[in-house]
Amino acid sequence: MYVEIIFHGRGGQGAVTAANVLAGAAVREGKWSQAFPHFGAERRGAPVRAYARISDEPISRHSQIYAADIAVVLDDKLFELVDIVSTVKKDGVIIVNTAEQKIDLDKGKRNLYCVDAVSIAKELGLIVAGWPVVNTAMLGAFSALTGIVSLESIVEEIKANWPGKTGEANAEAARRAYKLVSKCGV
Amino acid sequence: MPVKTLTGNKAVAYAARLARVKVVSAYPITPQTTIVETLASMIEHGEMDAKMIRVESEHSALAAALGAASAGVRAFTATSSHGLLYMHEVVWWTAGARVPLVMAIVTRAIGPPWNIHVDHQDIWDQRDSGWLISIAESNQEVFDLTVQAFRISEDERVYLPMMVGLDGFILSHTVAPVDMPEQHEIDEWLPERKQPYVITPETQYVMGNLATDEDYYMMRYSIQAAMEAAKDVIKEVDKSFGENFGRSYGGLVERYRVEDAKYHVIVAGSWAGDAKEAVNILRDEGYPVGLLRVRFFRPWPTEDIVDVVGSSKGVITFDRSVSFGARGHLFMETISSLGPLAGKLSVRGVIAGLGGVDVPAEEFAMVIREFIDEVEREGQVYDPAYWHLPSQYRDMYPSRVEEVVR
Amino acid sequence: MGVSEPKTLFVAPLSKPDAGSVGKTGTWRHEKPVIDEEKCVKCLLCWLYCPEDTILRREDDMVYVDYDYCKGCGICAQVCPVDAIKMVPER
Repeated sequence: MYVEIIFHGRGGQGAVTAANVLAGAAVREGKWSQAFPHFGAERRGAPVRAYARISDEPISRHSQIYAADIAVVLDDKLFELVDIVSTVKKDGVIIVNTAEQKIDLDKGKRNLYCVDAVSIAKELGLIVAGWPVVNTAMLGAFSALTGIVSLESIVEEIKANWPGKTGEANAEAARRAYKLVSKCGV
Repeated sequence: MPVKTLTGNKAVAYAARLARVKVVSAYPITPQTTIVETLASMIEHGEMDAKMIRVESEHSALAAALGAASAGVRAFTATSSHGLLYMHEVVWWTAGARVPLVMAIVTRAIGPPWNIHVDHQDIWDQRDSGWLISIAESNQEVFDLTVQAFRISEDERVYLPMMVGLDGFILSHTVAPVDMPEQHEIDEWLPERKQPYVITPETQYVMGNLATDEDYYMMRYSIQAAMEAAKDVIKEVDKSFGENFGRSYGGLVERYRVEDAKYHVIVAGSWAGDAKEAVNILRDEGYPVGLLRVRFFRPWPTEDIVDVVGSSKGVITFDRSVSFGARGHLFMETISSLGPLAGKLSVRGVIAGLGGVDVPAEEFAMVIREFIDEVEREGQVYDPAYWHLPSQYRDMYPSRVEEVVR
Repeated sequence: MGVSEPKTLFVAPLSKPDAGSVGKTGTWRHEKPVIDEEKCVKCLLCWLYCPEDTILRREDDMVYVDYDYCKGCGICAQVCPVDAIKMVPER
């Protein structure tokens, strides 16, 4: 097993943190992993990307990821700003945080899945600096769809990163998204 | 301690703590800053028994570390790019003083124009200073090299400072699993600090006083002798580390799929990982290619180069730096090691990836494949400075600057 | 911490401050300072300014010259506020 994952988000949404947590969760299962931001000037609100690699073997590659197996999109409006479809393999999977279920995001005929991470975050009171925290929910959805890393490992890694109430709320967001994520697109 | 996912910079900080560093001097620069930030936090929270000295420049950062190390404790600092250049004078003073010391160098391009991404120009620029200079491929190796650096630098046959290089962002800001031994395991493996002298109010030594020309000359001769001796020390330490912690890298170089190779890739740093993947791709296609990863730029692994590459059909070096008006650094060193043998084989010195330009495995494979095909077709190729330009410029400019001039 | 002998050829740029490491520098002098103890007010400026540490100080703060190492630069005579130090030719 060797997979490459790309996270599309906005500066401040936690795309880099999501990649790091995913890498940590994979290591908890005895896998090899790697996570890194797209190195540039990150600015709040501007489109950013982060990468992760997960493998059963040690990972030698250090280059950027140009055609990922899975893309995790933290904000559906990014489709208007970034050519997200081109960053994913033809048979790849795209997981989007969106409240819409019927809009046509499936421009490249990729396997598209949706979850409303904003509503989950709001229900759990996960708001930081005015923005709903969507990254941890998206990791739950990632686990449900790919099975590459278990929900338990993601929850453990979240709790290790944020002890106490914050960790528990983020873990719950991951659990809810795990259940709620579904196929979407037209 | 179990396996943790850490950035390369955190791995350096943990290694310095486990080596029981007593003085950290710090001046921030991207992408190094999170090393000293992590150490500052450890000291502040009582997780590390050390003094933190905040200084006004990198020149002072190394001067303070040299002072502390001269007084008899493990001292540590880290820098990058312009910080390292600003420090350059004290880099020489530290090696000349023969005081064991460890410094992490997060490799980064040098301006102008401003660029914070990976490049080996800054670290290779220190090559003549008398420091041992190492460079890692992975976060795990960053950790291992940092711990080993104290033992190598403090060996009575060496007594020279050592740089541990890690590629900016590619390792410094990338999280990956790092297996860290427990404190007691490091304590058992890493001997107590040794050094040739200590300067205290009691010993009253003066370091760096005026010397006769003849004594000066002999001090230079003695540094070269220590560099030569360091080759054995590095191999011994690598072996001993492997016996204790299960990880050996091969000494001054790592040999990758070289056994039956007719062609060889020479490369250093994190992108050696991508180059290894390229070797795997080419092996699957039937190309007899192996790879030599330079782990130590100083002392330069002359014997390993001759051993592996001496009877090679063709050698291709990948440099992430250039000595303007000459060649890439690995290329120059390789050719000078081979001596008369160099005339018998084909060579290509590739200059690529400057300022962080990404070179994925497939692109490495393409360049290596082209070289091998050309040698097989032409018989012999001598091509010392091949500029593998960024893709968007490749159709606009030739790969050899001589052709631009004519 | 431990000092341990190097095991390879080792030459370090070390020295120790020591009187007369290059011989008796007093022989380099062609004028010598002579202190008039009658005029001296024990202000110790000469003791402070002497670059060679060859103005020595007695317990009563009266000063005298270490002629073995005084190079005769004359700074003491220059800084003396009461003209108590004269530079006298050696011969």
